[in-house]
Amino acid sequence: MMLGLDFDFLTRTSGEAMLHGMLVSLQVAGTALAVGLVWGTLLAIARLSPIKVLSWTSALYVNFFRSIPLAMVLLGFYLVVPQLLKDLLPKGTQLDTRLMSALVGFSLFESAYYAEIMRAGIQSVSKGQVAAAKALGLKPYQAMQSVILPQAVRNMLPLLLTQLIVLFQDTSLVYVIALADFFTSAEGIGERDGRIEEMMVVAGFVYLIVCFAASKLVSRLRIRTH
Amino acid sequence: MSYQWTWSVFLQPANARETYLDWLLAGMWTTIQMGCLGWLIAFLLGSLLGVMRTVPNRFIAGVATLYVEIIRNIPLIVQLFIWYYLVPKMLPDALREWLFAQKPATSAFVTATVGLGVFTAARVCEQVRAGIQSLPTGLRNAALSMGFTLPQAYRFVLLPVSYRLIIPPMTSEMLSIFKNSSIASTVGVLELFARARQLNDYTARGYESFIAVISCYLIINAMVMLIMGLIERYARLPGMIGSK
Repeated sequence: MMLGLDFDFLTRTSGEAMLHGMLVSLQVAGTALAVGLVWGTLLAIARLSPIKVLSWTSALYVNFFRSIPLAMVLLGFYLVVPQLLKDLLPKGTQLDTRLMSALVGFSLFESAYYAEIMRAGIQSVSKGQVAAAKALGLKPYQAMQSVILPQAVRNMLPLLLTQLIVLFQDTSLVYVIALADFFTSAEGIGERDGRIEEMMVVAGFVYLIVCFAASKLVSRLRIRTH
Repeated sequence: MSYQWTWSVFLQPANARETYLDWLLAGMWTTIQMGCLGWLIAFLLGSLLGVMRTVPNRFIAGVATLYVEIIRNIPLIVQLFIWYYLVPKMLPDALREWLFAQKPATSAFVTATVGLGVFTAARVCEQVRAGIQSLPTGLRNAALSMGFTLPQAYRFVLLPVSYRLIIPPMTSEMLSIFKNSSIASTVGVLELFARARQLNDYTARGYESFIAVISCYLIINAMVMLIMGLIERYARLPGMIGSK
């Protein structure tokens, strides 16, 4: 027995609860990735636009979210979002407010980080490309859509994926609003069975395997694209 | 929008001795202490690991790489739980007895600060390594051919130059350590984020409490950027982009 730990208490139901939690984690990470990419790209374009109001608003948004802890954002949205949803949706609609506020909070928070990556990506495309697109008669949005953005995404692909791994790890913070993701389920089982030490080792091990494998894949991709 | 702002709530007494404003400031002070102490650990340990990753010895470099890979692939909240629940059991008896003799808040603070420092050390390590590797190899060879031993080459040539190069990324690591300290609230440290929950629960003034706590975080951020900006101006390498 290692460190006096004992893993015999783990039952099938505990395993199923953790698996369900993992699906919630993946759902939160996936949603934040999808929204973050779209909204982050829009923010990055706004940041680089010559219209002062747009670029200032975008800078304010990005810097604000980058200055406060994620836990704070999640808790804030958990207090505000249910109220908003109640006003927006017809009465009696059943919704998981924890999940909804985690999805909204996470997506808006991660967008700020994706915006910075996309900004660097857009700026990494050479000026000649922009000039060439213009010379070919493409309108600015066409140039952005079919010349600049594809190259920006390609240049930033390793960083975008690394950020996804960070994002996946960050989903464990939904613990502060008690949404039953992988970490929160594992912690709950540990508290219930009085085996919190063992459960934290299990949780750490699972995250380590998943994230290590993912980061190895990313570095292989990096070698291939260069 | 007919929300009644009641900022005077912070002047009301929270208990016999303190007002809610005192709670807020106590939280901010704990966050600052945690960030600074954690940074001290992260900087020393991270520098050591960063050097280890660049020395011409596979075993030493491998140990540091292993450290970084493990720490970076486990979420901080899991690590803090492990530091809080598991690590004290593995400590030598005397140290453990000292830790458990402390107030619960103090022992949580100690374990969380160490956990935060160890976590950030992996990130500092990567910055230090990147700084050292960005130097031309000629610099290392020149130092060695001048008769410096390897430790001397690091101490007098490689580290002083790379530290001055990596101030901007180190600033953002420093900003992260203050933000990450909010996770310590989950193991019972009463820092800013924990105070935000407490203020919200006790005063039932969610918006005011949150705006106040967010402002504290913004102030801490601004202070870090100001101080690091001054250090950067002072330590800037002559002849590089961005220097005068």
